[in-house]
Amino acid sequence: MRAVARLWSSSTLLRHLLVAAVALVVVLLVLGGVSDFRRFQLAEMAYLGIAAGGLTVLTGLNGQISLGHGALMAIGAYTAALLLPDRDASVPLLVVVLASVLATLVVGVLVGVAAARLHGPYLAGATLALAVAVPGIALTFKERLGGEQGLRVVLPDPSEPVLDAAYFLTGQELTNSGYVALLAWLTLIVTYVLLANLSRSRVGRRWRAVRDDEVAAELAGIDLGRARVSAFVVSAAAAGAAGAMLAFTVRLAAPSSFTLTLSLTLLAAVVLGGLGSLGGALVGAGLLTFLPQVITGLGRDAGLSDIRAAELAPLIYGVVMVLVVLVAPLGLAGALRGVLHRRRARRTPPDLVRDASPATDPAPDPELDPVPGPPRSGASSSTTKGTPA
Amino acid sequence: MQQLINTALGGLTLGMVYAAFALALVLIWRSTRVVNFAQAPMAMVTTFVALVILDAGYSYWLGFAAALLSGLLLGAFLERVVVRPVEGGPEINAVILTLGLFIVLHGVAAVVFGNSYRSFPAPFGIRGFEVGDRTIALTGFGVFTVVAVLVVMLLLVALFRFTDVGLRMRAAAFNQEVARLLGVRVGRMLTLGWALASLVGSLAGLLIAGGSLVHPSYMDSVVVYGFVAAVLGGLDSPVGAVVGGLLLGLSLSFVSGYVGSGLVALAALAILMAVLTLRPGGLFAQAPARRV
Repeated sequence: MRAVARLWSSSTLLRHLLVAAVALVVVLLVLGGVSDFRRFQLAEMAYLGIAAGGLTVLTGLNGQISLGHGALMAIGAYTAALLLPDRDASVPLLVVVLASVLATLVVGVLVGVAAARLHGPYLAGATLALAVAVPGIALTFKERLGGEQGLRVVLPDPSEPVLDAAYFLTGQELTNSGYVALLAWLTLIVTYVLLANLSRSRVGRRWRAVRDDEVAAELAGIDLGRARVSAFVVSAAAAGAAGAMLAFTVRLAAPSSFTLTLSLTLLAAVVLGGLGSLGGALVGAGLLTFLPQVITGLGRDAGLSDIRAAELAPLIYGVVMVLVVLVAPLGLAGALRGVLHRRRARRTPPDLVRDASPATDPAPDPELDPVPGPPRSGASSSTTKGTPA
Repeated sequence: MQQLINTALGGLTLGMVYAAFALALVLIWRSTRVVNFAQAPMAMVTTFVALVILDAGYSYWLGFAAALLSGLLLGAFLERVVVRPVEGGPEINAVILTLGLFIVLHGVAAVVFGNSYRSFPAPFGIRGFEVGDRTIALTGFGVFTVVAVLVVMLLLVALFRFTDVGLRMRAAAFNQEVARLLGVRVGRMLTLGWALASLVGSLAGLLIAGGSLVHPSYMDSVVVYGFVAAVLGGLDSPVGAVVGGLLLGLSLSFVSGYVGSGLVALAALAILMAVLTLRPGGLFAQAPARRV
């Protein structure tokens, strides 16, 4: 037991892999136990989660905002659709996903290099332009990209070994939606492990340093531009993988799937979950997937027409987003962490508590530190900080 | 030749609208250091207000005035209630906030006014003037667009140059601390700045909507063009915003006329990236001070 604990605290990679393994088991159990419709929804949650994970790394760790993740997903989805035109497509799925990621990476570098030399609103504006521009490309090159109707995606049937393995693990035949959901969640787990490792590495520390204080980071020898571009590119790559999963799930890559609203709701998911926290991004993606049905139902009960009721969900995301920025800038996960920290602080001797009590903004988690608030008096954990006033 | 002239004329008219929109963004950026991404939906909501009044049978001009007035009030309200807490904080929070407002206003309009396309009238003809036996792309409404934007700009210049309020607003935008010490009610000036910017934005919205279709997302691309125009001019300079708007309107009109209308937004993105790469501060910016 103690060996496990020691491993847990000593090796980041092992810890992440352990969490991933547990997550995989949970995913298999859940996917085995739910209906086909739920599996489809869970696949949707997974691809939104992948994109939100990429975005949360960019926004939370590097302090940049991208409104173009919907458009980047479109690039991933269209790449996947172009590589999977018919049933006997010979391209293996892994290659399809990697190609989607690569195509998105290239676009990410192009946009990132131009905009990441600047900060804040500039990248937001440039990526907003990207979000508006990309659907137009599909509409212009109708013959190649299918125009308004989009491109159909034909997912090849799973191979024999995969089917056998799935039957062995879950005890039931792998259905189509089960296969897609499994693919999406596997991709999610792989992406999250990579992102979590990256954010704990030297690269991640640089991103945070640039976010917190540009001048100090530059003095420490960090190339601001390179740090920003790399953060944007990593985040774009995640969006590319998400786009490929979207193409597999809905079997279609069409401009109407990648509106500006998609990019904005992704940002809403990330803000809701707490910037910089991968778990929060997943929670946000879950809300994006499952909340609209509930809210639309409520709206319909209140006497709204179907079309108008469908607009209630984005309205609520927007309201929550504004409230989160005004009331709890750290997001749901951040607020929760704050509560935990305060509870932990209560257990420590009173003189320390008094010292930590003005923690209106909760002590930052060193691992996944949210967006910098107004300058904190000390950035260390409130329980260990004992400087007499 | 004729197509060239028509494209240029269309570009100039469009450029005036982008210029107005960029000017609204710059006004807000100068005073509060917030890029108001919610500018477009704010203008959209006020256009719907005008549409409601028109549907009730009143004249175009009453709707026009009501839209501008509601723009003024909406801008003041949003600044005072929603934006004030994030001013001076981390810039990322302000960006997220205005994007949240974007979604909220969008959703409100879709729930209240419906999500369908509705036609919006124009007070003047929307058919081109005839010169000799040819029709050119300049319409009566186009002339009205250019004149309206010019009038508003001149009024703004007069306000900032020649009035006491304008001086105080400039002081508040220049240095809040010092202005406050000199007795300027900075908070009020910021609210007024947002109100004026929102009014200019509403004007742009009405001009784009005139003789065309209105929909909760009809302004979404305009926020991009307005932003690109403002960045072209340096985001800090009102003159730059106007010049940037005209340049952008012309270039996009040529892209639309000669390349393909679906690629207009892509062209705007390309222009933005070129400007950010070559002159990161915009065409009208001084060289930034080196900090390290």
